[in-house]
Amino acid sequence: MTYETTVIAMLKILHERLRQGHRTASYPSEAPVLPERFRGAPRIVPERCREGCGDCLDACPFGAIEGTAGGPRLDLGRCIFCGACAAACPHGVLEFSRDHRLAARRREDLLAGAEGHRLAYALDGEMRRLFGRSLKLRQVSAGGCNACEADLNVLNTLVFDLARFGIQFVASPRHADGLMVTGPVTENMRFALLESYAALPAPKLVIASGACAIAGGPFRGSPECHDGIGDLLPVDLYIPGCPPHPYTALDGLLRLLGRL
Amino acid sequence: MSPLRAAVPLTNGGAIPLADLPLLGRGHFTGALLAEVAEGARVAAYFAAPAGRVLELYAILARDAHSDLAVLRTEIGSDYPSLASRCPELQLFEREIAEQYGSIPTAHPWFKPVRFHRSWNGRDAWGRGAERPQPAVQEFYRVEGEEIHEVAVGPVHAGVIEPGHFRFQCHGELVMHLEIALGYQHRDVERLLLGGPHPATPHQLETVAGDTSIGHATAWSHVSEALGGGSVPPRGEALRLVALELERLANHVGDIGALAGDVGFLPTAAFCGRLRGDYLNATAVLCGSRFGRGLVRPGGVAAELSDEQAATLRERLATVARDTRGALELFFDTPSVLARLEGTGHVAVEDAAAVGLVGVAARACGLVRDARKHHPLGGYRTAGIEPAVKWGGDVFARAAVRQREIDDSLALVDRTLAALPPGPVRAENGSPRPKSLAVALVEGWRGEVVHAALTDAAGRFSRYKIVDPSFRNWTGLALALRGEQISDFPLCNKSFNLSYCGFDL
Repeated sequence: MTYETTVIAMLKILHERLRQGHRTASYPSEAPVLPERFRGAPRIVPERCREGCGDCLDACPFGAIEGTAGGPRLDLGRCIFCGACAAACPHGVLEFSRDHRLAARRREDLLAGAEGHRLAYALDGEMRRLFGRSLKLRQVSAGGCNACEADLNVLNTLVFDLARFGIQFVASPRHADGLMVTGPVTENMRFALLESYAALPAPKLVIASGACAIAGGPFRGSPECHDGIGDLLPVDLYIPGCPPHPYTALDGLLRLLGRL
Repeated sequence: MSPLRAAVPLTNGGAIPLADLPLLGRGHFTGALLAEVAEGARVAAYFAAPAGRVLELYAILARDAHSDLAVLRTEIGSDYPSLASRCPELQLFEREIAEQYGSIPTAHPWFKPVRFHRSWNGRDAWGRGAERPQPAVQEFYRVEGEEIHEVAVGPVHAGVIEPGHFRFQCHGELVMHLEIALGYQHRDVERLLLGGPHPATPHQLETVAGDTSIGHATAWSHVSEALGGGSVPPRGEALRLVALELERLANHVGDIGALAGDVGFLPTAAFCGRLRGDYLNATAVLCGSRFGRGLVRPGGVAAELSDEQAATLRERLATVARDTRGALELFFDTPSVLARLEGTGHVAVEDAAAVGLVGVAARACGLVRDARKHHPLGGYRTAGIEPAVKWGGDVFARAAVRQREIDDSLALVDRTLAALPPGPVRAENGSPRPKSLAVALVEGWRGEVVHAALTDAAGRFSRYKIVDPSFRNWTGLALALRGEQISDFPLCNKSFNLSYCGFDL
């Protein structure tokens, strides 16, 4: 390449760069605006519930809804946010909002009722001191369909710019502070997943990202899957969704680190 | 009956009663299959289904030149002569059947497991004991020699990607052979579908390969409509087309970005990373999900799009289209980028045809294969698709096919949204026909997605066969690496960008 062509190529890049402009979102100072039809945190109004009606329970393909005295409770861990329950309810008891904030620290915190559910709280003490400003994660897909993986990769794009929060995906578990698992854990990936966890230096975190990793997702009950990582690893953060929206994942991570 | 006439014709998206499908003798079946292939037919699917104490073997052939399919059926027992040496595109199908039902294709030239699971009927084709097979535990092909070394990679890779195991035979930097062992993502999808459709069925099919949710949901919907006799209203067909093309756009744009990242050309990598999200967000406008979950359903689509919403979406896409073209132009105009793509990861057209490559990878080798043209369904019947074909067979050709398809899809989506037919988006589908076979081929963004369903006396699935394009194309990646530098593996890999879970099912 001659000097001139190099300069022209560079000018073209700069021109396109100027034209397309700066696109990193102002999150978290500004709340993200998600599409009108996005299904996020459920809103449950039990007063509208009619006794003896189990339409929402029957509509859920994955048994994520439990009928209680205080109205339906939705397990955000099992939920794939298909919206079948909301569509089936003739009384408007249950609907999905555009609120992307879903992540929780404990499995039981994912049960959403009239009062919503308990959002993730921050790590405490030494763990927060160690990871609060710098968190390196190793991602392991254990039967994930590549939607969870793709929407985690998105966090590295300039829109989200994950690195500005001090969070990074790293190439080896030995370099990582935590394991971010996607997929229902296929039997064929169980060993590799446990080996990856063992390779992480302590203290270490485990994050279950997506309906599959939390409770098996669409493959709950498959004889070749483990219904998520719950029985295999100690989980520090659950990120619901099928797949979780990138903002849902980012929100969960920042809450874990006490940054939101 | 002459062998040539033995195959029963079927159009894409059609169904036939099993009673109309003769059970051919083995020789007859083989003769007809090889004759069809010699005439230019491709094997779209090849699978077994239990029938009492025996297995029935189905071959679904795609006759692109005639825009139709042809079906053959025979019976196999615990072993049968392999056809893989005479028709290499069968080799993986025969191994799959062996793994599922323990039926051995004798004299198969490369007889290894595919996904490493227990057989479905307790008969193990490799005579392995009662213990569960472990993934990638097999004899790998080895090149012997003093200076030869072996490189093993995976199942856990360095990036945020799915697992698989790659075994390279290298002489210095030079790759002499690559063998790919998959199966880590095996979730047992096909068996979960038995007796269906179940309430979970649509969701499981949308996650066969999550980046092809629309492609698989569309194929399943066509199969359901073929069995149920339902027809899709024109507006529903148009919105399905928009959804499938948006899926193509998101992934193709993402792939160009990934290629740019791999050759260290950051402007396009950065632009395309963002733009891919813009296409996903456009899909989310349709149905709330960036991956199109819940959108395509038997009878049409599950969500209405008003003319005003369509106009807004069109405007929004016009901006994204301009930015996309800008990002792609930089990439394809930069000599240092082209120098890395041209001649890298070459697959010869004869090899591509022999192993039965589909989609982008096939078209980049000069093969004119695009189900949207040869076997069009729904909105594609009138879309006038001209397949994007390049001849190079290298990384550049695979990138260039994507570039052309991005342009074509942008125009097609714009045209379709501008003139959405009026009316409803979904119609009732009838109850499924009993004892029938239904087949649908859909050109997903990677290539041909094939779904075939057999129903029982009650119209439930007694066998559901899924052929993701990745099932055909991983072999292409292995071929592309021969004679390459091992350091170019990531680039070659991205140029195919295949699905692990789509292969593993």
